[in-house]
This record gives sequence, structure tokens and C-alpha cells, in this order.
Amino acid sequence: MEYKAINHVVAKKDSQALVTGQPVYTDDLRPKDCLIVKALRSPHARAIVKKVNKSAAEKVPGIVCIVTAEDVPQSRFTIAGQTYPELSPYDRLILDKQIRFVGDPVALVAGTNEDAVDKALRVLRVEYEVQEPLLDFTKALDNDIVVHPEDNWKPLVDVGGDNKRNLVAQACDEHGDVDAVLASSDVVIDRTYHTRQNQQGAMETFRAYAYKDAFGRLTIVSSTQVPFHVRRVVANALEIPKSKIRVIKPRIGGGFGSKQTVVMEVYPAYIAWLTGKPAYMIYSREESMTVSTPRHESQIRVVLGASKDGHIRGIFLDSLWNAGAYGEHTPTTVTLSGHKSIPLYNAAEAFRFSYTCVYTNTIAAGAYRGYGATQGLFALETAVNELAAALHMSPVALRLKNMVRQGQVLPAYFNETALSCTLDKCLERVVQMSGWKDDCPRQVLSNGHIRAIGIATAMQGSSISNVDVASVTIKVNDDGFYSLNIGATDMGTGCDTILAQIAAECLMCPVDNVVTYGVDTDTSPYDSGSYASSTTYLTGNAVVKTCQSLIQRMKERAAVKLGAANVDDLEFDGKAITDLSTGKKITLKDLGNDAMFMNDIALEATESCYSPTSPPPYMAGAATVDVDPETGHISLVQYDAVVDCGTVINPALAKVQTEGGIVQAIGMALTENIQYTPSGRLQNNSFMQYRMPTRMDLGQINVEFEPSYEPNGPFGAKSIGELVIDSPAPAIAHAIYNATGIWLRDLPMTAEKLYKAMQL
Amino acid sequence: MTITYWLNGKKATADVAPGLMLYDFLRSQGCYSVKCGCETTNCGLCTVWVDDVPMLSCALLAVRIDGRHVTTLEGLQDEAKEFAFYMGREGADQCGFCNPGFVMNVLAMVRKLDAPTEEEIKEFLSGNLCRCTGYMSHMRAIKAYFKAKGKEVRA
Repeated sequence: MEYKAINHVVAKKDSQALVTGQPVYTDDLRPKDCLIVKALRSPHARAIVKKVNKSAAEKVPGIVCIVTAEDVPQSRFTIAGQTYPELSPYDRLILDKQIRFVGDPVALVAGTNEDAVDKALRVLRVEYEVQEPLLDFTKALDNDIVVHPEDNWKPLVDVGGDNKRNLVAQACDEHGDVDAVLASSDVVIDRTYHTRQNQQGAMETFRAYAYKDAFGRLTIVSSTQVPFHVRRVVANALEIPKSKIRVIKPRIGGGFGSKQTVVMEVYPAYIAWLTGKPAYMIYSREESMTVSTPRHESQIRVVLGASKDGHIRGIFLDSLWNAGAYGEHTPTTVTLSGHKSIPLYNAAEAFRFSYTCVYTNTIAAGAYRGYGATQGLFALETAVNELAAALHMSPVALRLKNMVRQGQVLPAYFNETALSCTLDKCLERVVQMSGWKDDCPRQVLSNGHIRAIGIATAMQGSSISNVDVASVTIKVNDDGFYSLNIGATDMGTGCDTILAQIAAECLMCPVDNVVTYGVDTDTSPYDSGSYASSTTYLTGNAVVKTCQSLIQRMKERAAVKLGAANVDDLEFDGKAITDLSTGKKITLKDLGNDAMFMNDIALEATESCYSPTSPPPYMAGAATVDVDPETGHISLVQYDAVVDCGTVINPALAKVQTEGGIVQAIGMALTENIQYTPSGRLQNNSFMQYRMPTRMDLGQINVEFEPSYEPNGPFGAKSIGELVIDSPAPAIAHAIYNATGIWLRDLPMTAEKLYKAMQL
Repeated sequence: MTITYWLNGKKATADVAPGLMLYDFLRSQGCYSVKCGCETTNCGLCTVWVDDVPMLSCALLAVRIDGRHVTTLEGLQDEAKEFAFYMGREGADQCGFCNPGFVMNVLAMVRKLDAPTEEEIKEFLSGNLCRCTGYMSHMRAIKAYFKAKGKEVRA
């Protein structure tokens, strides 16, 4: 099908402003007379705050207020940006006497200038009762050390948690008799994989300012992916009505899920509410890395049973999940480790997916692009590659024999039907692109380095089925231009533009004729927020639905103007509405102008969408690595990726999403490490120690699309944002195996680990 | 301390604290294009030119610009707009937070390197981190921009 506005490259609407450095971010916009808010943070992983002596700090000139655990409201809340009732337990206070990880806040200090606040922080005296921390998540369940001993720990939904056991969530899902299938399989492999916490690393650290407006309400301007959830979380934390809060999202300097958690908005909001003065808080990079919410650490056991000819008959996947100090996003991320990996091998007769999530005294984990699927797919895809090796079979042939195909019902994916799937074509194409050959995946170069290729596939979802809501308002203005008002948040991904493209396609107009505005919780229609790969698919669907309603209203108004007897006789062609029975027409421009004169039909429409399904996008990836056997050094020479995201709405943006996700995953696979000291202090708390890929660390990345057509998506589109981070880690592990014969099952796959393994 | 300096071609005098960083000083002067991403000189977001040489303003004391010319992206708007066309066409702008520091280095590079290889371009820009794009689209945009400027990029 030939499209006019979608399926074309359109520069992002904010492109000129961003590249030329215009002041459009939170820190550029804040009032200059804000109080500066900072937190005093615990150096201990587990302790009780016995006493905070404020007297010297309060005397520092410029200090306006200092609050501690005695001062704050006592109802617990979660900072997870999720639809109410959240599955994450209500386990936080603004400030708590019980310290649960290094960096937990002990006091908030607000002053008229940064120097004063820094000075006050230095002279605040805290008396701690230091306790032994629980750092090893494999020993956390039913440990004598209880991370959340409090009696007012509150889950809104029963997800199998019990705080007195350090248990955040626990469950099991199965289909068929997996034990019998495994027992009767010709080949069974049983492997355990370990992935670490990872930092999202958005270039703009966390920041927000808050002030009271003329009506005494609290306005919060925040770099967030979830403005409506910020409103609820702050209302819960401050114990004030939601009607008292307004949240505005300006441009955001990256999110990747980190800003799906309300990491710090409650602090400046609380200070502004208490003092009546505008308050601003900005996290340093060190603070962002120490106390925001990284990807969950996991230990995943995979048992695969197969017949000799390569039929994967049974899959057992068991995830142990490290929540860290608080439970935000824990009960939900863990489910994706199985639900967004096992369905790839839909030929299996039986599966079991079980999980256990535990508290420890490490950084509280949260949402990061991929949201648990990334960990699950590293484990399952590596296990499938290990199975191929055990079967002496091509990993490509093994996958083609077992993989999900279009039209199949997916028992491991809530019995949804794969209505759109070109994963087979993606895999076949990536084999061609990478030059993969079944018989010779290894090559010794003249410098002694070994070059090899590895393969992996991946899936994700498109929105949270039966939960997420996206609403859109579109109105016709004078001269006939459209305002597209959304509650979804563009965090750089370009949704303000691609949603305008979808609107322009429906309204048959140039993309420039649609102006996008988002997000202000007082005026934007409700949207759960930009997460869970929901924006293109779900908010895109809401745009389509709204355009249909709007066109109907425009026809109703045109019928009045044209004296048409029957609205159904009217036709809209993007420029004008014509009465086909009389030939009379009114242009869009006249209609827009006319609507402001003696009119009782509002030329605007609002529609909401939810989706009973979450159509998976798919991806196949091939990593070409170069291993130096002398040192174990691994470099990524090339990464080839083929993606099925349904119809591609904006080819340039979809490609950059893919390239960006792949590079984040390369960091996760090879260099990004989180290590704690024996006392629980984070060692890798700067970009110097936490090594995200630079442009020097990469070879070539090649991206292609094999579009399917998703009947439930807008113009056939599915999601792309998260999927693309899922395939590199297992593909690189496979390439390293093909180069060296060694499976590295513990991320990141560093030179040290490989070198040590090669010495055995 | 009193310093005299040129900011985007305009001569000015200011009284600055001895410990004030150039980054903080420039933002206090309304140069909001200058961003901070790391505080450890690893990200390149705060790149400005001092006497036409790219420098990290988070690691330079404001007093060091006494008698010198400082350029921020506010002073290079025409060139930035021209480059923005190529960045936008590739979708390489993304969240945009790293863009100003990156663009400062690209505009320095187009002055300094004549017929660079892709490897030389990567090296020139190695101090500019980006978490959104994966860097490939940057290279496509730079190559198109160099071509428009009549400059060759060698393989």
C-alpha cells in the first residue's frame, strides 16, 4: 500500500530546536529563584537512623528547611510508574529511619543557594545504628536479615509476596506436563545464567522543579516518561489530593525506562508544598547511578528437552530476581523474563515458567528498556544455542524448526494468536547479511585473532494488554490546522512526530498541518505514559480512532453549512468536504475559520484506546566478534539485525531506535558492570568506571526491516523501542563460543572472564 | 575575581568566584545550550570552544577564560541549523541532550579535518557520548554534511 505521511522519513518536529541547542529541557526552564534541594544519603547499606542533629546545619545562612524521617507522612507508597492498582508493593516513605541501601536518603536540605545547601549537608550529624546488610540475592529468601521488617508494608495486589521472608513476588505458570516431556526427551540441557544490574544511562540525569500556582496548587515540571503516574505518586507520598497537583513534561533528555519510575519528584514537591516556595532538585551523575533504578539482576535457570532431530519439546525457565532495596517494577519485570521469551519456541509441547523475587540491601532496581525480557532472552537464547551445539545441529535450522510462525496460537503468551510474524524471514535474511555458514562459523585471522559469528532472536510486546490506556484529542483550528494533544511522552524517540504522521495519514494532510502538544496533566488526555512499547501501537491506534471521530464531526458541521440533508452524502478528501448529492463543498480552511462564528458543534474529538492483545514484534540478530586469544579481549566487528515491527511508520526513526538499542545491549553484554564492595557500596558510580559504549567501541551496525502487517495496529504497526535491546547479548555469547568453545554465562562478558576461562 | 572575555564575539567583564566552573558560569550567562552529563569529563556534553579549541567547560575554571574568546552553540546558530537538517533527516537528534556538545565538536572538526577517514571522524568525536542513537546515524549525517560542504570523507 502506498502511504502519504507514514512509512516516510520525516524529521522530528523538535529536530531544529534540539540540534541548535535551544533551552527546552527542565533545567533550562526552571525559575531562577528556586530553593535548591539536596539529600543527605546514608553511607551504610543497612542501618537505623537513631538521631539527626540539625542545629549546626540550620544555622548556615541561606538554609530554609531541613526535614528528616520524623517530619514526613507515614503512609507507604511505590514510585513505580504503573497503572493503579500498581503491582509493585507500597514499601517506601519519603524518608525512612530504616536505611536499606547505600544512598537511601536520611534528610532533605533546602536552601536559597547551592553553596549553603552543600555546607549544611557537611555539618548535619547523623547517628546510625549500623546493621549487617544482605547483599547476596541468592541467599535472600527467608534470610535472618529482613530488608523490610515494617508492619505497614502494603501490596495492593497479591503477587505472592511476603516482606517478612524478603519475598517481593513469586508465581508459576505452566502448560502441559513439562516434567514428563523433559523425562522423555532425547537430549536435556540444564544451564544457569547470571545477568547484572545495568544503568539506563540517559544523558540528562533526573531533575524536577515544583511551585505553587495562583490557585494554591502544586505544579511539578519533570523529566518524566509518566506524568499522570507522577501525579498519583506525589499525591500518595505527600498525602494530598490529586486535584492539588499538575505535572508538566518538557523535552526529556532520554529515559530508557529510568524515568518510568518517579525517582525523585517527591522531594522537591514536598519542599515546595511545605515552604510555599519554588523548589528544584537535580541529581548528579553519581547520584543518578547510586540511587536510581537500574535493570534487575537475575539468575535464570533454563532446562530444555529436545528430540534427537531437534524438536524442542519442553522448556522450563526459573527466574530469581534481585529487587534490591525496594520493589518497584519487580513483580512485573520478572514476568517478562518468561512470557516474552518462551513463546519464541512455540513448537514446545509443554513449558513451566516460575519465578521468585527477593529484597536485598542493594540499589532498588526498576524499569529499563526490555523490562525483564532482556534477561530472559539472554538466558533462553543462549540455552537454545547450547542445545544446538549439544545436538550437533545448526542453530539456524534448530530455530527455523521450532520458532513461532504467523497464525499460531501461543500458549506461553496468554493464548494470543501471532497475527503478524515474519521472524522466519528475519532470521533467513540476517544469515545472508552476516555471512553465517553452518559449517564454518570460525576464522583465524593473520594477526592470530579469531573471528566468529553468533545468532539470536527476540520478541517483545506492544503495550500492556488490557491495562494500558492511550487517549488523544484532535481539534480543528482556524485556517484548518490541527492540534494533536497527547498524554504520551516523547523522550527523544520521536512520538510527537510519528503520531502526527499517523494523524496526517488519516486526515490526508501534510504532517506540518498537525501540531503536537504533550504533556500537561491538567489539559492532556489521559495516557498511561511512554513505556511498555506502547506509544506507536496504542497511542497510534488512539490517533486513528480520534481522526475517525473528528472527520465525522467535521462532516456534521459541514452539513449545517452546506444545508446537506444527509451527513452520509458528505465526503472529506483532506482539503474540503463535498456534498456528493449537490456538488457543494466547503474547504477545510473555511470550515476551521467558520467554526469560530455562530457554531454549536465543537470541531474536536477525544478518543481512548486499550488493547486486549499485545502483538509481539520480532528480531533476528547476528554478532560478528573478534577475539584476541592472548588477552581474551572481545571486540564487536559487526552487528546485523532484521526487525519485524509491522508497518514502519518512520524508517529513519525506526532504524535509529534499532541501532541505539543494539549499542546499549552491546554495553550490557561486554563492558557495563555493576560491582559492590563487601559493605554494599557501589563501585561503578561514574561514566569513568561504568563503561558505556563510545563510538570507538563499535564496528558496523546494519539494520533492515521485514515488515509484517499487524491487523490490530495502526496501519499495521507494532512496537520497536524495547525489542531491539534483546538480541545482542545472546548473539555475542554465541559468537564468543564459536570463536573459543567457551560459554560465558555471566554478564558482562569481559576479557578477564574469557581469558580466565581459556586458561582452564 | 574580575575577568574580561569574549562570549560569542561580544566583549564582557564579570566578577567570578575563583572556584566557579566555566560550565556554571556560561549557563548563568544564558548559554543554555551547554549541558552537563557526567561531572567526570567522560561525556562531552559541556564542550565549548576556547580560542576556537574544543574544551570541556565542566573541567575548566571560569577564571581561565580571562582574555580569551569563548564560543558556545548560541554563537554558531547558522551552522548549527545547517547541520540540523542532516541530523533530522537521519533521526540522529533523538533526545537531543548530547547534541550541543557533539555539534560543537562536529563544527570544530569540519574546520580542522580536510578529507578525514571514518576512523578519524570517530576519533575526533570519541569524547562525545550518546546513549540514544548508537552513533551510526551521526556518521551518516556527518558524511552528508561534509559532502554538502564540498569535503570528502574517505572510507
